[in-house]
Amino acid sequence: MRYLYFPGCTLSTKAKGFAASGEASARALGIDLVELSRWNCCGATFPLATDNLLALVAPTRILLNAQKEGDHLVALCSICYHVLKRTNRLLKEEADKREKINLFIEEEYREEVQVLHLLGLLRDEIGFEALCEGGQKRLQGLRVAPYYGCLLLRPFQEIGLDDPEEPRILDDLLASLGCEVVEFSHKSECCGSYLAMNSSEVTRELSYAILRSALASGAQVVVTSCPLCQFNLDYRQGEMAAHYPGFAQIPVLYFTQLLGIALGIESDTFGLADHHVDPRPLLVSRGLQ
Amino acid sequence: MRVGLSIRQTRGEFVKRVEEISGQEILACNQCGKCSAGCPAAMAMDLLPSQVIRLVQLGLEEALTSETIWLCASCLTCLSRCPKGVDLPRIMEALRQLVLRKEGDRLELSALPADFLSEAPQLAIIAGSRKYLS
Repeated sequence: MRYLYFPGCTLSTKAKGFAASGEASARALGIDLVELSRWNCCGATFPLATDNLLALVAPTRILLNAQKEGDHLVALCSICYHVLKRTNRLLKEEADKREKINLFIEEEYREEVQVLHLLGLLRDEIGFEALCEGGQKRLQGLRVAPYYGCLLLRPFQEIGLDDPEEPRILDDLLASLGCEVVEFSHKSECCGSYLAMNSSEVTRELSYAILRSALASGAQVVVTSCPLCQFNLDYRQGEMAAHYPGFAQIPVLYFTQLLGIALGIESDTFGLADHHVDPRPLLVSRGLQ
Repeated sequence: MRVGLSIRQTRGEFVKRVEEISGQEILACNQCGKCSAGCPAAMAMDLLPSQVIRLVQLGLEEALTSETIWLCASCLTCLSRCPKGVDLPRIMEALRQLVLRKEGDRLELSALPADFLSEAPQLAIIAGSRKYLS
C-alpha cells in the first residue's frame, strides 16, 4: 500500500529517529510511506482566531501539494496531524474562507485529500492484532505508559481519532506488541506545549505531574506520538530531579521506536541515543538492544 | 470589588471584538466552572479560566492584563468538557490577539538560553512564535 507522507519540520531535524522508525516500521508492515515531493512547515498551531486566514495558508499549501500526488496524506507528528486535519475540515466547511485562500495562493485546493495519522492507519487498515501475528512478542512484560497528550485527540468533533477522555489507540497498539500497558491518570493531560517558550517552570510542573503519575503506575517507559510532548517530558527531567528529590528519571520514546523494535527491525537509525534520558540501558536489560 | 455595569459596557466594543475574533457567543457560558476544574495550568494562573470569561461577559478589560491568557496552552481540555460547547481556547486566543495587536511581542527569542534553543524542537519555536509574537 502506498501512502503520501508529510514528515514535517521536527521529524526532518530534531526527531529524525521518529521518522526513521516510523518509515521502517510501516515498510515492514507493507505500507510504503512516500514523502511529498514538495512541502513546507504546517505552522505548528491551528489558528484559533477566526480572522487569521494567513496562518491557514501554510497547511493549505501542504494539502494542495498532496492533492497533486494522491488522495491521502499521512502524518506521524500529532501537531502536524492536528493542524492539517483541522485545516482540511475548515476548508471543506467554510467555502468563503476556502475561496479567499485559493485566490491568495493562486491555485485551487478542492479539499479532496484525506488526512490520516499513522496510528489510525495501523489500527484501521492493518489491524493491531496483525502486527505481531505468528511472531515472537519481543516487548513482553515491558511496562509502558501510553501518553496521548492533547492535539492527537482534541477537539474530538474535528479529529475523531479516538475518545478524548478515555483513549485506547496507543494502549491497544502497545498491548498488541506484548507490552504491559499501565493505567495512569495523566494520559491526556497537557505537558505544557508551547509554554516551554515562555513559562519554563509551569511547563516543568505540568510535565512532572504526567511523569509522576506514570511512575506511580509502575511504568518503565513513557510512549508518545508528539515531538513537543517528547521534548517537554524528556528535556526537563534533570531539572525535575534537582527540584524533586527522589524523582526517578524515565525514558520517553516515540511509539514507532517501540513498534520498530517489536518488529525486529535494526534500531541503529531510531535515534535512541538522542534522548536526554537514555532508553538504551532499559532496552539492553530486556535484551532489546 | 464594586463593579459598575451598563449595557454599553457588556455589549460594548471590547466584548464585540472578543466575540468577533473568537467566533464565540460570550453569554453562552453559564459559569459552571468545569473549564477551571479541569485546566492543567490553573495552578499557575492569577485568574481561573472561568473568571476570565466572566470578566469578558461583564465587559471588563481587566481580562487583558491577566497572566492567565498567557498560561493557556491551547490544550483544549476545557473545550472538550464544556457542557455549553463554548470554545474557551478561542476566547483566550482572542484576548491574546487583542494584546499582541496593540502592544506587540510578548517573547524575545534571542533572550532564551542557548542550550534550550539548540535542543528545542522546531515546532516549539514555531508554535511559541505564533502564540507570543505579534
